[in-house]
Amino acid sequence: MTEMENPTATSTSDDLDPAQGLTGETLTLHVFKGEPGETGTEQAYEVPGVTGMVVLDAIHYIQRNLDTDLACRWNCKAAKCGSCSAEINGKPALLCKTRVDELPAGPITVRPLKAFPLVKDLVTDVSRNFEVNKEIPPFTPAKDDGKPWRVAQRDISRLREHRMCIECFLCQDVCHVLRDHDHSKRFYGPRFMVRVASLEMHPKDTLDRIDLTRKAGGMGYCNITKCCTEVCPEHIHITDNAIIPLKERYADRHWDPLRWVGRKLKGDGSKQAEGSK
Amino acid sequence: MNEPYTTHECDVLVVGAGGAGMRAAVAAAEAGCSTLVVSKSLLGKAHTVMAEGGVSAALGNLDGEDDWETHFADTMLGGQLVNNWRMVDLYARDVIDRVYELERWGGIFDRTDDGRIMQRPFGAHSWKRLCYVGDRTGLELIRTCQDKLVHTPGVDVHMEYTLTRLLKDGDRVCGAIGYRRNDGRFVAIKAGAVVLATGGWGRMFRHTSNSWEGTGDGAALAYNAGADLLDMEFMQFHPTGMMWPPGVRGLLVTEAVRGEGGILKNSDGRRFMLDYDAKKMELSSRDVVARSIYKEVKAGRGSPHGGAFLDIASVHDAVYIKSKLPSMYEQFHALAAVDITQEPMEVGPTIHYTMGGVRVEAETAATTVPGLYAAGEVAGGLHGANRLGGNSLGDILVFGRCAGIAAAEFAKSNGVRRNVSETEIAEEQRSMLAYLDDDGVKPVENPYLVHVDLQKAMQDDAGIGRSEESLTRALNAIGELRLRAARARVGGGRVLNPGWHTCRDLENMFVISEAIVRSALSRRESRGSQWRFDFENKDETLGQVNFAVRRDGEGMKVVGVPLELMPPEAVKRLAKSRFYDAATMPSYYRDAAPATSEAGA
Amino acid sequence: MAQLSPTAEVPGHAGVGGGVHRRREAPWWLLPLTVFLFLGAFIVYSFWTAMFQGFKADCALAAYHCGPYLSPFYSPQVGDTPLGHPFNSSAMWILPIPLLFRATCYYYRKAYYRSFFWDPPACAVGELRRREYHGETRFPGILNNLHRYFMYAATVVLVFLWIDAVEAFTYNGQWYLGLGTLLMVVNVILLTGYTFSCHSVRHLVGGGLNCFSKARLGAGRFRLWHWFSSLNEHHPSYAWLSLSSVALVDIYIRLLQHGVFIDPHITF
Repeated sequence: MTEMENPTATSTSDDLDPAQGLTGETLTLHVFKGEPGETGTEQAYEVPGVTGMVVLDAIHYIQRNLDTDLACRWNCKAAKCGSCSAEINGKPALLCKTRVDELPAGPITVRPLKAFPLVKDLVTDVSRNFEVNKEIPPFTPAKDDGKPWRVAQRDISRLREHRMCIECFLCQDVCHVLRDHDHSKRFYGPRFMVRVASLEMHPKDTLDRIDLTRKAGGMGYCNITKCCTEVCPEHIHITDNAIIPLKERYADRHWDPLRWVGRKLKGDGSKQAEGSK
Repeated sequence: MNEPYTTHECDVLVVGAGGAGMRAAVAAAEAGCSTLVVSKSLLGKAHTVMAEGGVSAALGNLDGEDDWETHFADTMLGGQLVNNWRMVDLYARDVIDRVYELERWGGIFDRTDDGRIMQRPFGAHSWKRLCYVGDRTGLELIRTCQDKLVHTPGVDVHMEYTLTRLLKDGDRVCGAIGYRRNDGRFVAIKAGAVVLATGGWGRMFRHTSNSWEGTGDGAALAYNAGADLLDMEFMQFHPTGMMWPPGVRGLLVTEAVRGEGGILKNSDGRRFMLDYDAKKMELSSRDVVARSIYKEVKAGRGSPHGGAFLDIASVHDAVYIKSKLPSMYEQFHALAAVDITQEPMEVGPTIHYTMGGVRVEAETAATTVPGLYAAGEVAGGLHGANRLGGNSLGDILVFGRCAGIAAAEFAKSNGVRRNVSETEIAEEQRSMLAYLDDDGVKPVENPYLVHVDLQKAMQDDAGIGRSEESLTRALNAIGELRLRAARARVGGGRVLNPGWHTCRDLENMFVISEAIVRSALSRRESRGSQWRFDFENKDETLGQVNFAVRRDGEGMKVVGVPLELMPPEAVKRLAKSRFYDAATMPSYYRDAAPATSEAGA
Repeated sequence: MAQLSPTAEVPGHAGVGGGVHRRREAPWWLLPLTVFLFLGAFIVYSFWTAMFQGFKADCALAAYHCGPYLSPFYSPQVGDTPLGHPFNSSAMWILPIPLLFRATCYYYRKAYYRSFFWDPPACAVGELRRREYHGETRFPGILNNLHRYFMYAATVVLVFLWIDAVEAFTYNGQWYLGLGTLLMVVNVILLTGYTFSCHSVRHLVGGGLNCFSKARLGAGRFRLWHWFSSLNEHHPSYAWLSLSSVALVDIYIRLLQHGVFIDPHITF
């Protein structure tokens, strides 16, 4: 097709040649299949390799050609929605962002998130996360005259990182407090520490969630072992930029006699010693 | 005998939980209605997250010359004057308040030096108009609406429900039925009013930036309930989708790359937009840029994988690129092993957005069926023949709110009907369960492969360029594929069985595909995203018509709906756009149209 | 077609994800074990040097002191009790400060919770023992909230270490520059880096503010916070490097003292 004139005499398929991109190798995937109440199995599937293939491509190939009822959540296939979370070779990761050529040679194991109840195959019930979000008091600005706000870039620059969260819940999955100790009733989990941090550091917010985060949120359960940060596909420094700042704010409040004296002297007994809240 | 099913009841049922659905639900709940939101996916995963560039609103924070009238003019001109002008009018005025409202709900925007909302230039907008936060504006919008939604009293959310049919009581819509994806159980929802906010449809095409959800459920529900679908021929090809590797083909590369100065080059290294639109260059409207890339490729000047090169590396330094386009950097780095701060990206047209959709009243988002409302991408009319970047995020906020308010009013004055038709429910259940039957149908079809063939047919014959011949071919293909799909059977049970779900989704995709093809056949001209090889020019007569698709018994008919023409004062506003050209004004507007652009060029 | 054969049997309930860990790139236990050995060795060494090395020789030849050099373990010198009880050496009075500073440090907490307490030993590996977990919600973990006080105290000690480093440039009334001087300077720089890259410092200089623009000196504090944040990213590196340099300087001085070799130096 080198002529530009009359490009349509026949079908103008803008498809690639299907052979283009095939690497010639065959991948083996061991994918968990099962439903609650029955013995799950890891089933082996063979999938032809394609250049740049991600694990989700392989799952789609399986669904299309080998096993039409293999269940898997996915949406954007661009690492922007956080739906296709699973555990690949034992590591929590997004299926759509894990390239098979970056995995070690040999079979690829794909299993559902461990920290959440199984629904079927690779799909788990993550509804607990949505309940936690409800428990956190939302953004609450002061009443004002309704005119457009003036906010300095430097005051929101930190929040941009927190707001990158795509709610894939990989951090909730990997967090040992939720994963191994099953403290989901006592600890909000890393994602919601990020949520609280984004609210607490918002220059226009008026609420104070520090004590709530310590008590109902169970911030103290976090022992800063940073697995959440390691698995975050958005590279949010969950521990350094959300959890530790919150722990420090809590220390300001309850573990700092100097500040306590200062607050008593100033007569400001309750609110944070610093900041504009 | 019916399968058991769960019944819910609410004043307002909102179908879809993207930006439009959530904004509608908040509006309905704030109006005092019990509101139920159902979504096919988890909350916060809707397609809104994919919007990157920003939300367009004429705040005039950087360019003081900008105002809502200029925004109106740009949108009308970009839409090739077949937009519903009252929707555009309402949109351009109201979106300003919606942006400020979003900020008060906790949304973050990048700021100017004096602390106002930052704005960036975008294709075919006269001024810097897109309010943004990096290239994550859609995510910001959906998360903000999501947090607002879950903390709004009176709203209930059911995730991972698929609705398959609207229930009617006489003329009026009174609820819907569907199934829960996670256990395959059936549900019936009785509602005073229903708002469709299900987004667009791209899954019937091969190369699309849409997720699996974009199967056109909302439009198909509306069509089957008797509503009109308008402008279905106008499918937007985004000019810059990823080309390589194969698995990411079609994935969106935000227009913000060009907004930030990115340059398109062909394989000769020439900045080819000079040859197609020397005035707006890379920031020309999307239909023009998409066609230009297509033509370059067909002329043999394409990139190795059949696209063009998009270069930001030679325009900005790495620090700037990573700060302004962080997710693009990440996307190419992770998925294509390309460092966009060093190398050009390979891009090509991808199905992106549906300008057309359910026909609605501008002010109320009411469809032609009483009690049924539609907002956002599923509704048609605002964008005409081509949508400008940034107008979709505004669209969902403005019309989501309108739909929520109007639906709440309807529900309050008409109440919830208690009776739903058991026969209809039984019929729907039967047709759903048939796909799981082992009833000896031969040959059994794999629904995924039928889907792949539909995608191929639509991509090849109803894609970026169309002709009578190709469209007829597509129509025939749809007919044949429908017969094959009727023989689709899948194994497995009802619990989260994606093969089963695909069988049902195909039914919707056939409706939508047929609507697209029939509308495209009717519009015997090239206008905006509709490019007919056999009718290369605009036709003034067709410029005064929108085509509507309507259900006619078991068949589909296309009717020409006369366009409501702009009054003279609105025509005069068009001259505020920098891209106004009196010479291109159609004769029916020429009397009112000013001779020159007020803005200069 | 694939062969649809089960390859592993696991119970099908919540918790199915973590059962198998076949193909990790490196064995998960390598890192926690390394940390355990390295950190453990340092702790043993620091107590050994603090308890038993201060009082051994006669006063003039205390092992921690040689020529212009003073071991960082023994600075500042509080009470000169070289012949006292092991628990009463100068170093034993000072040691709790850096030790508690590091024990409550946000970085070391990660290191020892993983390698000493296996809570967790590595990501997604699974706990190796079953017991009730309280994290830092109660004693003793909750005392980690005192981190900033140990940081204040460590800063005071740091001042003395700087004085020692500067004093190491003179000996017997002459300017003195030896390999030991350089080691002491490098050591004190690394310790300064470690101290000021602390998360609490980052919080105190500005991280605790919600709105920089409205706070007193907000613009300056934003810049400070920004600067300390960049430093903070290197906190783990400073933690390990300064730990090593402290031990190294102490060993170096000890070797000099025992006459293993002579400090290469110039005087002027």
